[in-house]
Amino acid sequence: MTTAPEPLTAASNPPVEPLESNLLPSDVIRRSATTDLPEPTRQLTKVAKLIDVSRCIGCKACQSACIEWNDTHPAIEENVGSYTNPHDLTPEMFTLMRFTEWENPETNNLEWLIRKDGCMHCEDPGCLKACPAPGAIVQYSNGIVDFIHENCIGCGYCISGCPFDIPRISKVTNVAYKCTLCVDRVAVGQGPACAKACPTECITFGPKEEMQAFAEERIAELKTRGFENAGLYDPQGVGGTHVMYVLQHADKPEIYADLPADPRISPVVEAWKGVTKTVGLAAIGVMAVGAALHGFFGRPNEVTGRDREEAQRLVDEERP
Amino acid sequence: MERVYSQSGDRIESRLPVIVHRYGPFTRANHWLTAACLILLLISGLGFFHPWLYFLTDLFGGGQTARVVHPWIGVVLFVSFLGLFFRMVRLNLPRREDAVWIENVREVVAGKEEDLPELGKYNAGQKFVFWAMTVLIIVLIVTGFMMWQRYFDGLVTIQVRRIATMVHAIAAVLIILTWILHVYAAIWTRGTLRAMTRGTVTGGWAWRHHRKWLRELARLDRKGPAE
Ligand code: SF4
Repeated sequence: MTTAPEPLTAASNPPVEPLESNLLPSDVIRRSATTDLPEPTRQLTKVAKLIDVSRCIGCKACQSACIEWNDTHPAIEENVGSYTNPHDLTPEMFTLMRFTEWENPETNNLEWLIRKDGCMHCEDPGCLKACPAPGAIVQYSNGIVDFIHENCIGCGYCISGCPFDIPRISKVTNVAYKCTLCVDRVAVGQGPACAKACPTECITFGPKEEMQAFAEERIAELKTRGFENAGLYDPQGVGGTHVMYVLQHADKPEIYADLPADPRISPVVEAWKGVTKTVGLAAIGVMAVGAALHGFFGRPNEVTGRDREEAQRLVDEERP
Repeated sequence: MERVYSQSGDRIESRLPVIVHRYGPFTRANHWLTAACLILLLISGLGFFHPWLYFLTDLFGGGQTARVVHPWIGVVLFVSFLGLFFRMVRLNLPRREDAVWIENVREVVAGKEEDLPELGKYNAGQKFVFWAMTVLIIVLIVTGFMMWQRYFDGLVTIQVRRIATMVHAIAAVLIILTWILHVYAAIWTRGTLRAMTRGTVTGGWAWRHHRKWLRELARLDRKGPAE
């Protein structure tokens, strides 16, 4: 069997003959709770999904494609006052169109902002940093961050680690779920299901550099149409992301359903996973070794014959 | 006669040689249940604390099971510790002689207690362990609920949960340190362990370490009805 090519686009039809995965175990460059990961032997092309918010028509084809490909079964819910449905990301819904009605104070126009929420596939993933279970979260050298469910213990630390509030833990299977960037499609040369399904080319997929170049074209065009603050959302606080947005108002990402302006791994998480662990273990070690040494070499505090006599005298005196 | 330095139930059990009753069966069972919970929590918790120690979760049948049982054991420990707390709190309130004891803690470590003031049922070191455990257990249970994904996932915001997680980790390290101190002191001070196993201590031990306590019990022994 030949190895599948690295996918360059989601638009073309995939090859139909059976292909070997192009993602090898040795392509893992980060593995949660693992310190001795072998150096990868090769560097895959960094991929990215580009979501041009200005082109989204809110049809939710991507959501449907995601449900279909990942074979999830989101519950039928109540209307929460907007087209956003389900009300939030869930263990069964890895991507969600978030609808915001925003009144532009400069033009007095009502703008309908539709952002496809989901895992950003951070270059420096907070979920992976926080995870205590070895191998439950991995990152491949193409940038994809994936949850390996058989290693997941369902503790929820990834939720604390993520700056974007993405992972969701199932109450049924007790493991964490999120967008996989269709790693199982990418591995055999296909683009993500959502990108494939998108009818407006709002979602495109390919090498990250190409996606950045393509984004520049889109931004230039948006600027000619009067969106002078149009820009690319590829936040550097997390080392850049492998899911990027073209935003009409890149100066105010928060208006897109609270997209963080400057996301980074919380310093609290960094301190917890960094200094607390090292200092904590060291303190416990020093204390245990110190106690053992004092126990072996120090003199124990023993009751003496005099103590015994005095005790006897005291008791006898008090009760003649 | 009112008890100042002793607990109801503490008494001179025999006079020749002097044997003093320190902990009844209920208190001892309560103590060992708390101890068992603490050790189980320590093992499972350390498994989540550092990747080097993750193998400890295998003792519970894997990470998923360790994650499931850890908070429940915590709840049992909390309830169990409450029993110890209410039984022991009165005699663990600080007293003036504690300050002198702390000032001379070097003498204590060197094994020279002779010149220190006479003490009641607990010395300042034991009181420290009592209060450290109390405070840390409260911190651990409160932050623990905030982190208990299975049942309390929406209880606090993610930012609060991050802080809770870090505080939980720090408090866990501190309680382990306190625990080492507690176990070590009980072993180093020979004759202490039997208070929590057999429930009694020797007269010599009581005279050496808790003289005021012994004095009060001897006095009570005289006043009280003969056996
Ligand atoms: S967005 Fe969240 S879940 Fe996705 S890689 Fe970044 S930290 Fe992990």
